[in-house]
Amino acid sequence: MSIRTPSPSRFRPARRIDPGFLAENKALIERIDRRKVLRGSLSLGALALLGGCDVTDTDAMQKVLTAVSAWNDRAQALLFDQNHLAPTFTEAEVLKPPRFEAYYGLADVSPVDVSTWKLELGGLIADKRPWTAAQIYALPEQELIIRHVCVEGWDYIGQWSGVNLRRFLEMVGADLTAKYVAFRCYDDYYGSIDMATALHPQSILATRYAKEYIGDPFGYPLRLRTSTKLGFKNPKWITAIEVTNNYPGGFWEDRGFNWHSGL
Amino acid sequence: MAEMAEHSPASPPVRREARMHPLAVRIMHWINAAAIIIMIMSGIKIYGDSPIFSFIAFPNALTLGGDPDIAFRLHGNGGQSGALQWHFLGMWIVFVNGTVFLTYGLISGRWRRMLLPIRPREVIATLRDALRFKLSHDDLTVYNAVQKLLYVGIILVAVVEVAAGLAIWKPVQLSHLASLFVSFQGARLVHFFGMSAIVAFLCVHVLLALLVPQTLLAMITGGPKIDLGRAPPPPLTPQPGE
Repeated sequence: MSIRTPSPSRFRPARRIDPGFLAENKALIERIDRRKVLRGSLSLGALALLGGCDVTDTDAMQKVLTAVSAWNDRAQALLFDQNHLAPTFTEAEVLKPPRFEAYYGLADVSPVDVSTWKLELGGLIADKRPWTAAQIYALPEQELIIRHVCVEGWDYIGQWSGVNLRRFLEMVGADLTAKYVAFRCYDDYYGSIDMATALHPQSILATRYAKEYIGDPFGYPLRLRTSTKLGFKNPKWITAIEVTNNYPGGFWEDRGFNWHSGL
Repeated sequence: MAEMAEHSPASPPVRREARMHPLAVRIMHWINAAAIIIMIMSGIKIYGDSPIFSFIAFPNALTLGGDPDIAFRLHGNGGQSGALQWHFLGMWIVFVNGTVFLTYGLISGRWRRMLLPIRPREVIATLRDALRFKLSHDDLTVYNAVQKLLYVGIILVAVVEVAAGLAIWKPVQLSHLASLFVSFQGARLVHFFGMSAIVAFLCVHVLLALLVPQTLLAMITGGPKIDLGRAPPPPLTPQPGE
């Protein structure tokens, strides 16, 4: 039993490499200069150092940045005090009209036809019957004169009125222990906030600005205004509200902006 | 690195000696340096989203997260969100490292020993010497009056800079802090000027470190040994024991 098979390994190639390959490519192999390879590897290292930004913007680095952003969400949730009210201001300080901002220009705003507009409800909500504008506008209103802070760095004082969001969520039998309140909008914008913020006393579904109906560019007939979030967390032209435990993301959040973005 | 290997071994252990810059200080110094550069480069990109001064703009090449090609690939925008992500990463590094650095400097007595007292007369004398290129660097372990002033100044600027940054990040949760800056734009303005002061400090700091390379080396290898058991040189007030 001394016979050994020539191929003890299953991974051994079925066909042997033709040694003639080396002879055929002798010239090429001789051109591979060890010094050149070393020098080349040095240049590669130097290039990696010089192009610092390119190296740091790799996908691995992006994973770190995304993880830090998620950590920031948790830290901000801990920092958030549901009873801490944002500073309020006087009517004299209110900017009229408010400043417009969307993911497109003012000229591209398509106004909502309020006669056909409906607010739909979904997710962990007991009474999912849709609301008409007339029904919403008949609800008791709360007025807030608060600062709007944009993630870009500008701010203004706005005067918003509408039904308190907590009151509305209670009215429709939403599960207030759920994690998220998500919004869909007429212009295909979408967003979501944490339940703690939704239940903050200064979170409203705004219908008026400076006592007048909100103008078309600013979210007529219904938008979110909360004193404790950056501007982009306040969707305009809301068409649906969903209460959910599944992370809904958001238009800008899906483009790298921090989700919590609490003020 | 070879320097470190040459100096450290075999010198007999004498009394209570320590390096001018303990290892912890060196590590924190360089983490600080990296974090500050992250904060500046990402900060000037964020600034660009809504410039405070119409005549001050920063090219994308100087920014972090601002490379348009990469930003569009990663986030589908011009780098606004990428710069913010970098800024928040830097924020946590500055928060953790800065807190330890500050606490260490205060509690260990290092800052009191190395940065105080600052006498106006000495500041003027040092400035005069500096302008005549007569500054002596014989003893790295003793800072001159201008150095002390700059270091104390930059520590104070850093504290204000962090406070303004927090007021911008959390104007509602930290509304009392934010009210110190009068308005939201007030906090932005202070944050911008604070950044400018830090950049100015960095220029002077790096330039001087390059002019007197032993100081740069000291921040890597630890520098000359100092005797912690002895009282500091005569012009200083007596220090409590370390």
